[in-house]
Order: sequence, then C-alpha cells, then structure tokens
Amino acid sequence: MKKTEKRRHIIQLIVAIVTNGYLIGFMQGKIQTGGQKFVCVPGLNCYSCPGAIGACPIGALQAVLGDRKFQFSYYVFGFLLFVSVLLGRVVCGFLCPFGFLQDLLYKIKSPKIKVPVKLDKGLRYLKYVMLAVPVIVLPIFLANPFGIAPPYFCQYICPAGTLEGGIPLMLKNESLREMIGWLFSWKMFLLILTIVSSILICRPFCKYVCPLGAFYGLFQRFSFYHMEVDASRCDHCGACEKICPMGVEVTKNINSPECIRCGQCKSVCHTDAISAGFVLGCGGSCKTCKKEKEA
Amino acid sequence: MNCKQNNNRGGWVKYPLLLFSMGMMAYGFIRQEHLTVLKKAITICLECIGVG
Repeated sequence: MKKTEKRRHIIQLIVAIVTNGYLIGFMQGKIQTGGQKFVCVPGLNCYSCPGAIGACPIGALQAVLGDRKFQFSYYVFGFLLFVSVLLGRVVCGFLCPFGFLQDLLYKIKSPKIKVPVKLDKGLRYLKYVMLAVPVIVLPIFLANPFGIAPPYFCQYICPAGTLEGGIPLMLKNESLREMIGWLFSWKMFLLILTIVSSILICRPFCKYVCPLGAFYGLFQRFSFYHMEVDASRCDHCGACEKICPMGVEVTKNINSPECIRCGQCKSVCHTDAISAGFVLGCGGSCKTCKKEKEA
Repeated sequence: MNCKQNNNRGGWVKYPLLLFSMGMMAYGFIRQEHLTVLKKAITICLECIGVG
C-alpha cells in the first residue's frame, strides 16, 4: 500500500472513531442524546448509531422536509452546500465512515468485477434519482394525515442505518428485537448485497446509490478544493486513469462529480503533472489569468 | 497553483456560493429547523434501523 493511501485510511479511521465516539452507547444499547446532535456530520453516518455524536445530513434533510412545520430545509441544504463548496467529494474519500467500510471490503482478496461501461454510466445517474425522489420529493409530498413524512431513503434503502444503528441496537435491546419484521429483513438483504458487491466492485454504494455523494458531486467544480492536470507535463501514460477507483477520465475531467479526491492518481503520476489543494483565487478561469496564459 | 491546465470552471463563483450557504444555514437556524434535526437525532429512528 502506498504511503498516501495509508495516510488516507488513517484519516478515515480517525474520523469514523471520532464521529462514533460515544462508546457507552454501544455497551448499553442506547443512542447519544446530547444537545450537540443538531450539528450534522459531513459523511453518511446514521444518527441512530449508538456511538454517533452528530446527525446524518441525509437523515436530517428528510426529517426537516418531512416535518409539517417546514416545506424546505434552509439549514440542511445550507450545510450541504457549505461542505460542497469547501471540500466537494473530499468528504467521500476521507470523511465518510461508510466509504471507509467499502474501501476496506474491496481490499479482501477476491475476483473483482469490472462493470460494463454502458451499464456503469447509466447506473451512475441512479444516485441523483435517490437524491431527488426518496430524499427530497417524497418527504415533501407524501406525508401521513398528520402532515409528517417518514425518511423514505433511510427507511427503505440506506444500508448504513442497518449496519450502524440496527444491528448494534438489536443486539442489546430485546424490545427492539421483538419488533423485527419484513422491513428489517429487506434492509438486511440490502446490507448484505452492499457488502458483497463492495468486495467485488470498488465503492458500489458511492458510485450508484449515495445521495450525499450525488449532492457533493454537483458542486465539485465550484469547490475550494481543486485538482488539476498540467497538460505540459502529462505524457499520457494512462496510469492515473488505470488506478482511479471511481473510473474518472483524469486527464479529461479531473474535477468530475465522480472523483472522490482519494489522490491515487496524483500518487501514481510519474511526471508530477497532477496537483491538488485549496485554491483561494479564480483557479485560472478569469479573464486576467487567461490573458496571462495566452501571453 | 497558478494558471496551468484549468479544469475548474467555477472560478470566483465559490465565494458567493459559500456566503449563500452560510446565509441559508443562519436562516434555517432562525426558523429553528435545527431543533427538528435535534429531535430526530436524539431519539432512536425506527425507520432508519429497519423496524419502523
């Protein structure tokens, strides 16, 4: 394993531990109830995980949109936009515990599947559908007679809630075990499917399903964290595109919404043509910079 | 990073976007949306864990 990859995994591990640091919760089968939990964490991390110290932004968004008092969530959309503009999908590569889990699963030695390009391209749009339909549209328009809508994505799709919240809470609570029904079986099926497919395909949940990654990806090109390829240095060896776990065409579109900023392309580039970092200025897109470049 | 191969068309747009996002958060806070988030986050979400 390369040094940069090791460093990334250490950061992912620290973030996963810190955001799920309420250890008493795991021991007692209870969740943390501190007043700080109105703060969202940047990654996909179920707030019903016994260790969670913050709120999951996707769950929080559905909670507000599904509340009878609100039709729109300025607070959660603002948070998501803020993180998107600051970091983009750096969150997926470094700060998301569920992404970290998928990274680890993919390290298990097994035959790997390469999803056919056409199918892969089509499936990538699924995460935008997830963001639009079960996360935003359904909680707004499909409420019960009291005007409250359930978090549809969390309820029927999200495997993170089953893994981080469902299983640890069930193990410790007999009363919750008694409530197990078809929904839990369905969610366990989705969790097993996600785990098995994560062993065979790199980050399938992030690529095809995650609405959080979809949102962050939408604003990636406007992000302060920025990557670029120096065309004058690139010798088109293709090493960067070969190693990219998300299948990004690095030399053509390095700031693609699919890039999770893991930095593997940068570490493998033998001509140092790829750079990454926070750009405070225009990033070379203003008229003055273009004129300078032409000169 | 100076002007190299530029792939970011965002340019200066990120600054107004950042300000806009902070404004949205503040307005949501004033509307007390964070209390709805808190209420949801401190009770076990039965739907999320698969029993609701």
